[in-house]
Amino acid sequence: MDALDVARWQFGVTTVYHFLFVPLTIGLSVLVAILQTLWHRTGDEKYLKLTKFYGKLFLINFAMGVVTGIVQEFQFGMNWSDYSRFVGDIFGAPLAIEALVAFFLESTFIGLWIFGWDRLPKRLHLAAIWAAAIGTNLSAYFILAANSFMQNPVGYRINPDTGRAELTDFVAVLTNKVALITFPHTIAGAFLVAGSLLVAVALWHLIRNRDSADTPAYRFAAKFGAWVTLAATAAVMITGDIQGKIMTQVQPMKMAAAEGLYETESPAPFSVLTIGSLDGSRELFAIKIPYLLSYLGTGDPDGTVAGINDLQAQYATQYGPGNYAPIIPVTYWSFRFMIGFGLAAAAIALLVLWTQRRGRTPTSRWLLRAGLAMPVLPLLANSFGWIFTEMGRQPWIVFGEMLTRDGVSRSVSLTEVLTSFTAFTLIYATLAVIEVKLLIHYARAGVPDVTETPAPDDTDDAERPLAFAY
Amino acid sequence: MELTTIWFLLVAVLFTGYFILEGFDFGVGMLLPVLGRDDRERRVMINTIGPVWDGNEVWLITAGGAMFAAFPEWYATLFSGFYLPLLLILLALIARGVAFEYRHKRPEATWKRRWDTAIVVGSLLPAILWGVAFANILRGVPLDADHEYVGGLLNLLNPYALLGGATTLALFLTHGAVFIALKTVGDIRDRAATLAVRLGVATAGLAVAFLTWTLTIRSSTTAVVFAVGAALALLGGLAAAHARREGWAFTGTAVAIGLAVATLFAALFPNVMPSTLDPAGTLTATNAASTPYTLTIMTWVAVIFTPIVLAYQGWTYWVFRKRIGVAHIPQH
Ligand code: HDD
Ligand code: HEM
Ligand code: HEM
Repeated sequence: MDALDVARWQFGVTTVYHFLFVPLTIGLSVLVAILQTLWHRTGDEKYLKLTKFYGKLFLINFAMGVVTGIVQEFQFGMNWSDYSRFVGDIFGAPLAIEALVAFFLESTFIGLWIFGWDRLPKRLHLAAIWAAAIGTNLSAYFILAANSFMQNPVGYRINPDTGRAELTDFVAVLTNKVALITFPHTIAGAFLVAGSLLVAVALWHLIRNRDSADTPAYRFAAKFGAWVTLAATAAVMITGDIQGKIMTQVQPMKMAAAEGLYETESPAPFSVLTIGSLDGSRELFAIKIPYLLSYLGTGDPDGTVAGINDLQAQYATQYGPGNYAPIIPVTYWSFRFMIGFGLAAAAIALLVLWTQRRGRTPTSRWLLRAGLAMPVLPLLANSFGWIFTEMGRQPWIVFGEMLTRDGVSRSVSLTEVLTSFTAFTLIYATLAVIEVKLLIHYARAGVPDVTETPAPDDTDDAERPLAFAY
Repeated sequence: MELTTIWFLLVAVLFTGYFILEGFDFGVGMLLPVLGRDDRERRVMINTIGPVWDGNEVWLITAGGAMFAAFPEWYATLFSGFYLPLLLILLALIARGVAFEYRHKRPEATWKRRWDTAIVVGSLLPAILWGVAFANILRGVPLDADHEYVGGLLNLLNPYALLGGATTLALFLTHGAVFIALKTVGDIRDRAATLAVRLGVATAGLAVAFLTWTLTIRSSTTAVVFAVGAALALLGGLAAAHARREGWAFTGTAVAIGLAVATLFAALFPNVMPSTLDPAGTLTATNAASTPYTLTIMTWVAVIFTPIVLAYQGWTYWVFRKRIGVAHIPQH
């Protein structure tokens, strides 16, 4: 074990952890904004209740997204300083713009929204949650554009004197074809999580407490969430399919590894299950759907899909001797888990809609349990999607330009990285337990009573308690 | 003006903004057990910064991003070199950020007490460590010809840097006390005002010592002017605090912090991280910078968006301008 290994583990752990909170923030910010808009439009109290209820869950989650994000930003300098030196000219810009354009927007307007119930006119208060939601989604774009540069570097040149990458075309970086497809795919994945959370919580209340005054609110939330989940699933599949085709062009090795496709084939079958030999160079056993992989990768059922062994040989001539294949079982399984866990959530969403058809109320305990699993499934799908994307790019940190092992900080010792890795893991684990407990506590508590918040007025009773306080 | 100079200024402005803004919310956090005698008073204190602390923290994130984009070598050397202090700062920011949001989420006294500890420690550590870090940047650190930090942890804990840490700590405490006096009503306001004056006297001593020492290490005319300005602003702020003119007192401490940070940057320029070993290791605004193309794009983005950000952040402070007191704290 050396500092490189620990730095990699640390990056994986902290980033996957950050991304446990991010999808809910992205999706739920918009869904809460929609609920509040519905309340404005209709004046129906159930929407206000749902806004406040899911708003609270949103905020519990949001706090974790924020604090774990700060680690992400500084980690590049701490553990990956040679990488930062190499790409700073290109990679720093989207990060800085993200902070200036998106993070300010969302953090400021979230503050206004949380504390502004009785301080802002109603419309402005509604605008605040929309501004925060827009900021959140914008932030995803910039960070994904940065990440896409690592997947598919564009708009740059290597300066022969310094050996560093230099930006030549910023528009090309922002319109990287990988970024353009990664963004909708990731956002769709986020809505899948948020929609599922809506369903899970509402369903629990519906089944546990069949005839409460709040049943209409929960019915609405369960249906709304289920439709969001289904729509997001469709979007995730369509965008994922396109993404697969683009990845086949820009990183054929990753997609071959996703399939455990060792030899070049045309037409290539899609593997439902492949077991490879231990050294990962040969397949031992496989169940396959003919033509499907050719179609997924190239759009043509008879298309040629390059295999790992050929690609390895090709890269070795191109970049010099070395192993250019990622860890096959990881890419292979993470790709399948991404798809499988994501689709499972959609299946439950369908069931929920079915059990609520024509005014019925679901009663089954079994459905209750499935419903509770719902938000966890797409969260896992998201994590596996990222593990696939990032591990599949290895051994590169910037594809074709820099190896991960060359990006690590030279001045940072093993002890230092171990210290930070241990510290982050411990504090993250503690906070995870606390946050999950809080989420469950507030999810159980159910929708709050709402009394109309009085309109803002600077002159009246100065002693009136705040509508919201920490 | 050269693009690299513009970006040096912008990074300086971002850190200055960060220390002025998060400076008072660090202060409020550290004073929680000092000024807040019971849970309601502590809630009053936390709520004075509740709507704004996250926006304040984004100044740091932007400063970090700007440094990465405009001076990648500086960003890389600084954060890999000052590894452990930065780690502590990050852990502190994690703990206190979550604490603000979670503290009121459960009624149990132990729950609140634990989060209070997180807020106090999470505010205290960065308040000291930022001072230590910036003092070390100014003083110079051992960098080899590849701009890699080769000093180790102990190298960062020299007397000058520790004085820097004590100074930022004292400044933020005073700034926080003045802020509480400005934003609250009742008993707590009186106590905060009294405390601000007491703390301020000690702070003035530390700040004058630190800035004087700074100017003996590195100096420029601008830096001297800023340092004198910082001292005067602090004294003016104290006089105002004593006279219970809280708006002016806050302006005074804010300007003092701003000018103190500006002194450091002015003294540093055109270097960004001087090396005490190999002069070739010294990072300057030129040799640490990105290409003119990147800097031009970033300049446009900054020119367009900075005023917008300032406008809506300023507006937030206006929306939450009313003082609050224990009567305003709801039961749950
Ligand atoms: C709920 C989440 C979810 C679900 C159900 C899916 N994905 Fe996905 N996928 C992600 C969430 C995700 C992700 C976490 O958001 C990733 C990681 C990076 C990215 O762009 O999105 C991802 C990456 C990712 C990549 C890697 C691209 C790269 O390396 O940049 C491909 C090829 C696909 N997906 C394809 C699919 C297909 C064909 C799916 C289903 C039919 C699918 N995904 C379902
Ligand atoms: C939030 C979603 C993301 C997740 C869950 C994620 C996950 C991971 C994982 C698991 C690795 C480890 C791969 C390995 O070491 O074999 C990794 C590597 C890396 N990722 Fe990501 N990633 C995400 C997004 C990003 C983004 C947006 C960026 C850049 C802007 C990025 C930059 C990197 C870098 C620099 C590495 C190389 C370090 C390493 O190999 O460990 N990641 N990521
Ligand atoms: C490894 C690269 C990443 C870095 C450097 C990073 C940076 C950050 C930072 C600094 C914050 C805190 C912002 C605040 O204080 O308000 C944050 C939060 C957040 N990030 Fe990340 N992030 C990364 C990966 C991602 C990815 C891949 C996405 C989305 C696709 C994402 C979306 C978000 C969202 C939605 C939040 C929620 C809270 C907020 O924005 O304030 N992040 N991130």
